[in-house]
Amino acid sequence: MNDKKTIDEGTQAEAMEQGNICTRENLIYEKPDTLTENVMHYCPGCGHGVAHKIIAEVIDELGIQEETIGVAPVGCSVFAYNYLNIDMTEAAHGRASAVATGIKRVLPEKYVFSYQGDGDLAAIGTGETIHTCNRGENILIVFINNGIYGMTGGQMAPTTLPGMKSTTSPFGREVATMGNPLKITELIAQLPGAYYVTRTAVNTPVNIRKAKKAITNSFKYQKEKKGLCFVEIVSNCPSNWKMTPVQANKWLEENMLPFYPLGDIKVPNEKEK
Amino acid sequence: MKELKLMKGNEALAEAAIRCGCDAYFGYPITPQSEVLEYLSQDATKRTGMVILQAESEVAAINMIYGAAGTGKKVMTSSSSPGISLMQEGISYIACAELPCLLVNVVRGGPGLGTIQPSQGDYFQAVKGGGHGDYRMIVLAPSTVQEMVDFVKLGFELAFKWKNPVMILTDGALGQMMEKVELFPQMERTFELLPWATTGKLKTRERNFITSLNLQADKMEEINLHLQAKYSKIEKEETLFEEYMCEDADYLLTAYGLVARICQKTAQLARAKGIKVGVFRPRTVFPFPTGRIAELAGKVKGILDVEMNAGQMVEDVRLAVNGKVPVEFHGRMGGVIPTPEEILHKLEEKFAGELV
Repeated sequence: MNDKKTIDEGTQAEAMEQGNICTRENLIYEKPDTLTENVMHYCPGCGHGVAHKIIAEVIDELGIQEETIGVAPVGCSVFAYNYLNIDMTEAAHGRASAVATGIKRVLPEKYVFSYQGDGDLAAIGTGETIHTCNRGENILIVFINNGIYGMTGGQMAPTTLPGMKSTTSPFGREVATMGNPLKITELIAQLPGAYYVTRTAVNTPVNIRKAKKAITNSFKYQKEKKGLCFVEIVSNCPSNWKMTPVQANKWLEENMLPFYPLGDIKVPNEKEK
Repeated sequence: MKELKLMKGNEALAEAAIRCGCDAYFGYPITPQSEVLEYLSQDATKRTGMVILQAESEVAAINMIYGAAGTGKKVMTSSSSPGISLMQEGISYIACAELPCLLVNVVRGGPGLGTIQPSQGDYFQAVKGGGHGDYRMIVLAPSTVQEMVDFVKLGFELAFKWKNPVMILTDGALGQMMEKVELFPQMERTFELLPWATTGKLKTRERNFITSLNLQADKMEEINLHLQAKYSKIEKEETLFEEYMCEDADYLLTAYGLVARICQKTAQLARAKGIKVGVFRPRTVFPFPTGRIAELAGKVKGILDVEMNAGQMVEDVRLAVNGKVPVEFHGRMGGVIPTPEEILHKLEEKFAGELV
């Protein structure tokens, strides 16, 4: 906050004289208003920080901070309400979309979204996820898929890849005994209530921009009362994948993306639009 | 002008929900309470704009309640025993996050899938917590269809006064039987922006977040202490009970809900035989009328607690009596309702040799 004060108080010329180039005119990047000052607990290189930031940026850009209510899940992003400067409810494990349904049904004019990880959305909360999407609730579901349970320390997730190691599949996920990874996003795209279903990632600047665009679209559709929007964000987990952030993003590109290909899975009918 | 109607318990409860300006009902069908959702599905939305949603499960329903209650709206659900078991996690979250809502358990016989007949087998679950952690609901126990109506209104008042889930603990018989009820007039649906609610962060205030999480042990203990202090205050201020011929009673029957009405008949039968019997009925089972039972215990020779379970409320009665007089128990289970004669027989049997 102090830095901001410096920027606002001095003129550019004065600042330059003092050798200070941190002026409003020179500003090329700023923390969105919709992010709080709290220091994030996420591990270095984790995709959650980026995902939070783009949601915050979209809320700022659309000017809907006062009208947006978020729902945090159980998982690494359980504390999302500490970082997003909006009204939020922290849901029980897997129930975020039901909680979001409750909020949206009584406050239909507000923007409502849930933010959920793979274990939350595609394992314990599968029932709520599918039925919320099938009812066509006019909300946004942001689905962070990093193929692992992060908060509990790296156990197998419903989206863990075949052969991928975790603390509960230490020799790699054996599909014959542990079952297949669930492509829940493709499944949701089949449901008539789902209006817009897309898969994005946060491993590169290009993908981050596309993810941000998907979230922007979703809030716009929500304003138009189009129905359910579902944005999967393929993300990483350097700590539990036991990689550096750079290695993790490379591994994501080479392993996650071939299995979870990026792009729109269900797009609104142009005529309808 | 009085508005009198002959109504089924479940339907009267649903009508009361509409009339007291309830904003939303989220529920899932289960016998013997499906009439609540059916009745509301008829024309509640048309009449008041109330949101009615059939959820995919009781788990989803209670979490919809959690979300909607967090906005400060008047919301409720109803279910029966197995369904209420499924809701326990959500109720624990709601209690910790201190959200107002009304829950109704039209109890059926258990355990397991049990039966669809009336029971009081969920007393422990309702008054001792039920879900994980140390929390309490305010639990109202109606004994008439009229109270099914009155407790909806009272339940919402208490839920908002204390920011706490309130449960109406009734049973399959009260849910299904028809009685004359006096309905209160339609109240307006009003909405107030509450300072703690998640209604959108205005520039004039900090963000509101609803959570039951705190990873710091000392902070979590503070939250617990705050809740316990609230429950103590509720115990002081909100206890309700009814006494039937207790003034001169030598023996007391303690019972809640439907069973208390059966016990009134027992008291009449006993008095016809010259045995002075009174009936003490807690109308709130949390908070429990411990103080009044302790007072009465000093005036009677013995107490017979009667329930439709294996003996649950009797533990609270014994704690209140604290050994002053013998507390005996008679219970029927699995959906069986005791008869007045059966209760009198048990009273005579338990206190044999003492009765004049």
